[in-house]
Amino acid sequence: MTAEIKISVRQLSAFHGRAESLRGITLDVPDHRILGIIGPASSGKTTFLRTLNRLNDLVPDFRVTGQVLLDGADIYQPDFVVVALRKRVGMVFALPVPLPMSIHDNIAYGPRLAGIRDRQRLSETVERALQAAFLWDEVKDRLHTSALRLSGGQQQRLCLARVLAMEPEVVLLDEPCSGLDPISTAKIEEALVALKSRYSIILVTNNTKQASRVADDTAFFLMGELVEHGRTAQVFTVPRDQRTSDYITGRFG
Amino acid sequence: MKARGEKIAQRILLVIALSAISSLILIALFIFKEGTPVMLRMGLRKFLFSREWDPQAGLFGIYPMIAASLWVTLGAMLIGAPLGIAGAIFLNEFVPKTVLRIVKPAIELLAGIPSVVYGFIGVMVLAPLIRDHLGGPGLSILAAAIILGVMILPTVISISTDAIGAVPNSYREGALALGATRWQAVHMVILKAARSGIMASIILAMGRAIGDLKAARSGIMASIILAMGRAIGETMAVIMVAGNTVKLPHSVLDSARTLTATIAFEMASATGRHREALFAIGVVLFVIIMILNTCATVSLRGRTTRS
Repeated sequence: MTAEIKISVRQLSAFHGRAESLRGITLDVPDHRILGIIGPASSGKTTFLRTLNRLNDLVPDFRVTGQVLLDGADIYQPDFVVVALRKRVGMVFALPVPLPMSIHDNIAYGPRLAGIRDRQRLSETVERALQAAFLWDEVKDRLHTSALRLSGGQQQRLCLARVLAMEPEVVLLDEPCSGLDPISTAKIEEALVALKSRYSIILVTNNTKQASRVADDTAFFLMGELVEHGRTAQVFTVPRDQRTSDYITGRFG
Repeated sequence: MKARGEKIAQRILLVIALSAISSLILIALFIFKEGTPVMLRMGLRKFLFSREWDPQAGLFGIYPMIAASLWVTLGAMLIGAPLGIAGAIFLNEFVPKTVLRIVKPAIELLAGIPSVVYGFIGVMVLAPLIRDHLGGPGLSILAAAIILGVMILPTVISISTDAIGAVPNSYREGALALGATRWQAVHMVILKAARSGIMASIILAMGRAIGDLKAARSGIMASIILAMGRAIGETMAVIMVAGNTVKLPHSVLDSARTLTATIAFEMASATGRHREALFAIGVVLFVIIMILNTCATVSLRGRTTRS
């Protein structure tokens, strides 16, 4: 892999109380590429993702060992500012979470938190973000109506746009298409492929076909372990590990 | 056999339900029948807005009492609502869940303390403090507002806590993942989602008898409406600490007599027109509570249609 390394994970283990949900993960995430993470339920995919923006900090009894380096700086060092981290590492959840306000204000929420007040600048940011998420044409005439009235697929693209409006460096997506129909899914995938030139993207998905369609690299998680990680084409055609092969061909999970 | 048993049960329940509703309706009709003639005779405007209340002389102007009720209620809201909502936010967002589980029932228990006890504390502790440090007679609107503000705290905290707790965790995480600080997430998202609930709870706390049930499912807005209902309807504690002079109050340190206190004070001796005038006060209270409950209902409906 020639691309520059954006996130470097070293011997990362995570614990919920006494249960170990990630076991010594070591993995590099290159810039400007899409990393697909696949694996059956409760394999640690989501935990891994939420460890990268420290959203797991909110979970009681949760702790991690090992290192997560973002541009070489360990995000779990005590002096690392979590709020700044989450601005650099944006996240889209499995269920779209439109905030109870207008479409425009949903997108402008992040920039406003960052202290941007200028209306002109905000509306430019909103337009750019919505276009990047392929949503602009559908909502440009009703930016000030409630975001709760959008369809599920639109809401999810709204959430993507909201993350993009913060101009993050990394975008994490946690099964963003799990509740969506194939057409909405295709739109999100299209947006992701278009976006990777500017961000590094990590996509957790339950849908192995989705990973094979959009991911440049693929990682396979099983029971909290990283079983295999490589170029998507290689993982899907000549997997090195028998368990990867079994999972991809649908023999379990 | 079974069908017959069910039919009988249904009949019995119907009778019980009807008698409950009809007794409420009868009470309302009775109050209006007794109270409206004096208002019509005097003219509604004169009854509501003239300042002279002298039953012996046949003068029934309730403006000073309306003013007193509104001052006391408003004061109680200013004290109880921010404290209660802040307490609810703190319990929900900043302490472990186990603390919430212990503290919340304890706070709800406070609602069960008889109001005469609150009034007693007001008379013995609060009124002297106000007299010594701020002047005036001590027994005053301020004292009543503070006591009432404390009395509505359980209502506001309990319902607001439920409302905030009902906001899905995904909102919190969504805001945090966008780089919000803990406080920004609380402020922007949770209050936004629960806003209608908070208001309703405060307004309801202004007429408590009618409000309680409704508040249980409503949220922060409802907790505020309920609190307002409680405050306007509360009688005992207010009689004890407000000082009871029928005079238009000019400052919060003046003593005053509320609508409810007037009924409680004079009902034993009232006859004829005086009695009618007290019922007319009942009508006014009835209308105020109806308006508050309508506000609560509307704010709730607004919330459900939006989501």
